[in-house]
Amino acid sequence: MAKVLKKFLRSQIIVPLFALLLLIIFNLIRDIGFFSLTVTTNNDGNTVLSGNIISILNGASELAILAIGMTLVTASSRGQDISVGAEAAIAGSVFVSVLRSNQITWPVILAAFLASCVVAIVSGAFNGTLVAVFKIQPMIATLILFTAGRSIAYWINGGATPTVESPLLGYIGSFIPGIPIPTPIIIVIIFGILIWLVLRFTNLGLYTQAVGINEKAARLNGINVVGMKLLSFMILGVCAAISGAINVSRIGLINHETLLLDIEMDAILAVAIGGNSLSGGKFSLAGSVVGAYIIQALTITLYAMKVPSTAVKAYKAIVIIVIVVLSSPIIKEYVLRLRDKMMRRPAKITDHQQSITGDSKSL
Amino acid sequence: MQKDVVLSMRKICKAFPGVRALQNVDFTLLKGEIHALMGENGAGKSTLIKVLTGVYPKDSGQIFLAGINKEINVKSPQEAQNLGISTVYQEIALCPNLTVAENIFIGRGNYRFVNWRSIEKKTTEILEKLNIPARATQQLATCSIAVQQMVAIARAVDMDCKVLILDEPTSSLDEQEVAKLFSLMRELKSRGVSIIFITHFLDQVYEICDRITVLRNGELVGEYEIKDLPRVQLISKMMGKELDDISTLHNRPLRTEADTTPVFEAFGLSSTATKAFDFKIHKGEVNGFTGLLGSGRSESVRAIFGADKITGGTVRVNGKNVKISKPKDAMKHGIGYLPEDRKLDGIIEDLSVRENIILALQVMKGFFRPFSKAEAEAFADEYVKLLGIKTASLDTPIKSLSGGNQQKAILARWLLTNPQYLILDEPTRGIDVGTKVEIQKLVLKLAEEGVSVTFISSEIEEMLRTCSRLIVMRDRKIVGELKGEDMTQARIMHTIAGEAANNG
Repeated sequence: MAKVLKKFLRSQIIVPLFALLLLIIFNLIRDIGFFSLTVTTNNDGNTVLSGNIISILNGASELAILAIGMTLVTASSRGQDISVGAEAAIAGSVFVSVLRSNQITWPVILAAFLASCVVAIVSGAFNGTLVAVFKIQPMIATLILFTAGRSIAYWINGGATPTVESPLLGYIGSFIPGIPIPTPIIIVIIFGILIWLVLRFTNLGLYTQAVGINEKAARLNGINVVGMKLLSFMILGVCAAISGAINVSRIGLINHETLLLDIEMDAILAVAIGGNSLSGGKFSLAGSVVGAYIIQALTITLYAMKVPSTAVKAYKAIVIIVIVVLSSPIIKEYVLRLRDKMMRRPAKITDHQQSITGDSKSL
Repeated sequence: MQKDVVLSMRKICKAFPGVRALQNVDFTLLKGEIHALMGENGAGKSTLIKVLTGVYPKDSGQIFLAGINKEINVKSPQEAQNLGISTVYQEIALCPNLTVAENIFIGRGNYRFVNWRSIEKKTTEILEKLNIPARATQQLATCSIAVQQMVAIARAVDMDCKVLILDEPTSSLDEQEVAKLFSLMRELKSRGVSIIFITHFLDQVYEICDRITVLRNGELVGEYEIKDLPRVQLISKMMGKELDDISTLHNRPLRTEADTTPVFEAFGLSSTATKAFDFKIHKGEVNGFTGLLGSGRSESVRAIFGADKITGGTVRVNGKNVKISKPKDAMKHGIGYLPEDRKLDGIIEDLSVRENIILALQVMKGFFRPFSKAEAEAFADEYVKLLGIKTASLDTPIKSLSGGNQQKAILARWLLTNPQYLILDEPTRGIDVGTKVEIQKLVLKLAEEGVSVTFISSEIEEMLRTCSRLIVMRDRKIVGELKGEDMTQARIMHTIAGEAANNG
């Protein structure tokens, strides 16, 4: 048990979890009722839960899903996809355009979602091809869709910002009657379980990390390097499609200019806050998801403190600097050394030193 | 200092973290000579040149240059150039979009007043003087590589150089271009320029050079007149084996192979990195590719494994025609490959020992069928014990293991796939003696169990001990095959040198 705890304390998720905990404590001190849940009845007559904790979880849904995909892309391609916001706008526009050309029923919604998925996967494959086959830096490659994506979205719906109204969409964007938890939260949970199953029952994790850490060695072990990179971008495409659909359902209209605007930067940030290296390799999806919730919790906290919305970003930046610096290897090493000193124990032998001493024994 | 010595380097030492790149190296260059600097990769040739041209500061030692009475201390390539030491690298460091004249004069002297007409006139003079077939106003990119190389040399020479260093200038030239370059070098020599010539091509050394300095492992082996050093001697000096004390180590007896179908056969196999070659290996046979570093031996086995892009040839496994165009194809046919560069091509640094060991088998099993953690642990544990891999745990990242243990882990990775044909490229490089012997024993044991092994090593004794057939390569071509009684160090060196055995 102690061993498990120790391992947990050393894992990369500890800093983001700690940061989240601090945020929670800070809020509790500021306002003991900050996280209180209330049962209310909404406009549609549903009995629903509400409160800050719900708005944090709900509001971070799109970001959490995108952070998962962004983590995979970061791990495999050693770079980031900055076109996810634009991809979501394209996917959302396709979603709306299919919905508007039909009577909205569940099969039509499903078809619309699948259509938006296909388009988003194609966009992902486009990015992935540029990165994996043409070996263009991910940020430059995805700059193309970042720039053009929202124009393509504009073109899909003929430049209008059409609304789609249906109680069924309300079920996706807000609540399903009888279930007191917002649907986006449930979607995140389902998606999270799905990804967990994929990681559990395929080699996605192992291959992605191998490709990100040492591409040449991965190839010599028979891994299809191009394929893995493409796959990660396509998965991120699916993430963008899901986020786009959630967002459209939430708002009830598509505005290609503002839909999930700037979310790519938050998604990259979530990956970084989650303790993942932005230069690829080993990754923790849980870390990135926690990162996404930290970002949203921070935003909600700042709004609750009546910080003007234009200033929120500056405050966010300060907190993020602290988190990112705290999880940097230099600080981690320093903390470990400090802890050893405080406990009056000799400095711990690092793995590196161990290998050296192990070596000398063998000689 | 003798009067005709242009450059003299005395007791030069240079160390990098963990490596002593140069130890007490002496080097003397005479006026108007072409002096070959020879040695295998990593012998210290480029380090010596970089110390001379101020790219690296030397740790200790002295450098003297004719005409300067005291020791010189070169701090930058620019300073070296001002002192009259110019370098022309393999990669041409000129601007292809400028004209020949511009390239010769760019970055020199006064920028405020440029008289293009006089520059062009001067360039034409230089080109004529050195017999370079180019016009002053021609754009450099339109010249052939050889001419570009010559322009680079002309630029260096015109900057009043006493010492011209040519670092592998011929590696991208064809024969005719080499001939042109050589006539230019002779021309310069007759004008009193001293040239340091670095190349891997022995023929070229014997064609044009006057003297040779041989380095090995950062130490000076010796300085020789070209006529006093036959090729075989040169090779033995580069490899560090004196011909006199060649032990007639007897390799193990050749296995019977006459009638059986070879496990692997290649006909005219070529890749982007090798020329076409034929190759075969029988069941339970251990053979090896030998040759100097850079002779193409690694590239050949990479072609067998499909590690580089295959450009031609046919391949048979157990007598059946198969297509191997990527590593996975080779793996499917039971071929394993331990790469030469463990760090670059072998280990996945941040992954655990367990993940590194099971990787190849896992890939063969398939994307949708991952091993459970228990299975993976059982596999890894078995081989960690079998090979005696020293690691804190199976979850330790492989990068924190010592080199020898990393190598064993990669070996475990391929043994785990139960290959019928295993290619080991330098499996014993950079690991301690004990482990080396263990790996050699393992190779022989595998062969007894019926696994075919291709073994490459820079240490000839090791290959003599393990292989029953040796394929000798020079300049990316197979130049001979030795087996049985013929497998002696002397014969290997003679074959590498490309001379008859009685000539050394």
